[in-house]
Amino acid sequence: MPLLERSSRLTTPLPGASAHSHGMPFVPDQSRAERTSSYAVADFPIPHGREEEWRFTPVDRLGDLFRDEPTGLCLDWEEHLPAGVTISGITVEEWQRAGLPKPGDRAAAVAAAHSGGVGVIDIPAGTELTDPVRITLSGSEGQLVHGHLWLRVGDRARTTVVLGHTGHAAYSEVLSITAGDGADLTIVTIQEWDDSAIHLGEHDIVVGRDATVRHIAVTLGGQLVRLNTNATYAGPGGTFEGYGVYFADAGQHLEHRLFVDHDAPQCTSHVEYKGALQGESARSVWVGDVLIRARAEGTLTYEINRNLVLTEGAQADSVPNLEIETGQIRGAGHAAATGRFDDEQLFYLQARGIPEDEARRLVVRGFFADIIAKIPVAELQGHLTQAVERELARTAYAAPEK
Amino acid sequence: MTVLEIRDLSVSVTTEDGPKEILRGVNLTIRSGETHAIMGPNGSGKSTLAYSVAGHPKYHVTSGTVTLDGEDVLAMSVDERARAGLFLAMQYPVEVPGVTVSNFLRTAKTAIDGQAPKLRTWVKDVRVAMDELKMDPAFAERNVNEGFSGGEKKRHEVLQLELLRPKIAFLDETDSGLDVDALRVVSEGVNRAKAESDMGIALITHYTRILSYIKPDFVHVFVDGRIVESGGADLAHRLEAEGYDRFVSATA
Ligand SMILES: Nc1ncnc2c1ncn2[C@@H]1O[C@H](COP(=O)(O)OP(=O)(O)O)[C@@H](O)[C@H]1O
Ligand SMILES: [Mg+2]
Repeated sequence: MPLLERSSRLTTPLPGASAHSHGMPFVPDQSRAERTSSYAVADFPIPHGREEEWRFTPVDRLGDLFRDEPTGLCLDWEEHLPAGVTISGITVEEWQRAGLPKPGDRAAAVAAAHSGGVGVIDIPAGTELTDPVRITLSGSEGQLVHGHLWLRVGDRARTTVVLGHTGHAAYSEVLSITAGDGADLTIVTIQEWDDSAIHLGEHDIVVGRDATVRHIAVTLGGQLVRLNTNATYAGPGGTFEGYGVYFADAGQHLEHRLFVDHDAPQCTSHVEYKGALQGESARSVWVGDVLIRARAEGTLTYEINRNLVLTEGAQADSVPNLEIETGQIRGAGHAAATGRFDDEQLFYLQARGIPEDEARRLVVRGFFADIIAKIPVAELQGHLTQAVERELARTAYAAPEK
Repeated sequence: MTVLEIRDLSVSVTTEDGPKEILRGVNLTIRSGETHAIMGPNGSGKSTLAYSVAGHPKYHVTSGTVTLDGEDVLAMSVDERARAGLFLAMQYPVEVPGVTVSNFLRTAKTAIDGQAPKLRTWVKDVRVAMDELKMDPAFAERNVNEGFSGGEKKRHEVLQLELLRPKIAFLDETDSGLDVDALRVVSEGVNRAKAESDMGIALITHYTRILSYIKPDFVHVFVDGRIVESGGADLAHRLEAEGYDRFVSATA
């Protein structure tokens, strides 16, 4: 049994009702350690939406992605590979024998079973890349695609990988990431899908001994995007940092779930996600599960989610869960806050001569700035700052009465 | 020479029980270079007057006019009023997370002037003004009003007053919650701003102590939503001695 189990659920169904609502503590029905993971699709019944891991997701829109059959389709693929980086293919069976984390839900099990093979991106041991690896995947005509990549970073390699997603697809992916001992990896996954796209992803990260993995998710486009990012440690001294930025506007459901499984001693995790919501029925979900197992002595972990609700009618759910099975840790904390972009802020800025649209931009840009600054590619920082500002300008928000 | 004219201004707010009238026919004229002290008991509507002139959406003007050099202020948006030369140092300045003071000041200055300030002189102006207000330079990189103490918020308001150089400024209880040293520093900031740009000031205050630092040309007694008496600086001394009772009972 855990020595200490602290969880809470924070939800602001009606922005404005309360800026920082601390709801009743939410106690998960089971430990994260007990969740199913398996290669066999049959081990995961088709979700009906009341399961703990699906309770926020509009599963009725996902029937096609739960179906246990291949489509034989793939996304368009553009790559930029610095010298030394290679891409090859292995079979699903070979991947299964590699001993990597198994799929954790129905969609991931289907994607892994029917991907038709795993694309392996290899960054050999000791490689130090200054130029990022870039891969852009794009969909068309809403095609249902199962995809599976394995990003294999050798011992002491240092690199940044940028994975972009654009176009219109129903994409279900598994991304396996292994960082060797002492490796330093920044993986940026950018979702700039068309408004009608669906994307379910499971990113399974294994952090090597004394390695650092920075996973940065930027989700702006897509009608329904749900990313599960799971991190485990292959040895002591590893660091996982999970950063995220999302902007949900009318009709979008953007969901980010993280699970950091501290199973090795002296490891660190830091998770920080920020989201903005704008427009009727804009919806975001953030779930941050951290499990500190009995043998993970000396763990240091912190997770935080902040949401900025720009208009009425948007809803942000924020659920941090911390399970601690040893008292011998360096520290563990979590926080979540959902605040409204309030009219008083707008008034204050406008009262200093700043026009309304610029005032909104100022606040939203400032809100995201520290996370965007984590992306080690300057040109991408600029692109994403502009993309966020376009999001802001795009959806008409209800103008305040004059 | 700038003139702000408030004529017969009535203002209400929406409450659960319907509209509630707060201002009941305010008349006040403020010219460049003049300092008007507006004094009155809590809840008499002083902040409402300041917010209404600044254009806060909570307050509905039910009658009357406000003009700045003949221009209809009430027809302007909040930011247009500020760009026309009006300023409100707020009683309760608002926190703006994620926006640094330095970014905020530069954005506001650019908006007010219609062009970005010259970087070199601007950086120096900000530094000097902060120094004179005894603000730690580290403030520039903090988020606007976030975690500021009451006194720090007031200094930050006066910093903006100095840098943005409005024509007419309302200072809403800028003195409240300040200790003697802070009061002097803040008052000196106001006096500097006034000396440099000849602005007109409406100094809303509860206490007479700030008036020994900032000398008013006119003192107005504000009770129950209107000005009930106006006079020179000596009126403030009488108020100090006698309190507002005389006026409150007269209007009750
Ligand atoms: N939103 C509001 N709803 C109801 N009453 C309000 C509202 N805003 C202000 N008031 C009332 O208006 C009156 C004047 O308030 P205010 O202008 O803040 O006074 P002062 O600044 O002189 O202390 C007070 O009685 C206050 O309670
Ligand atoms: Mg007041």
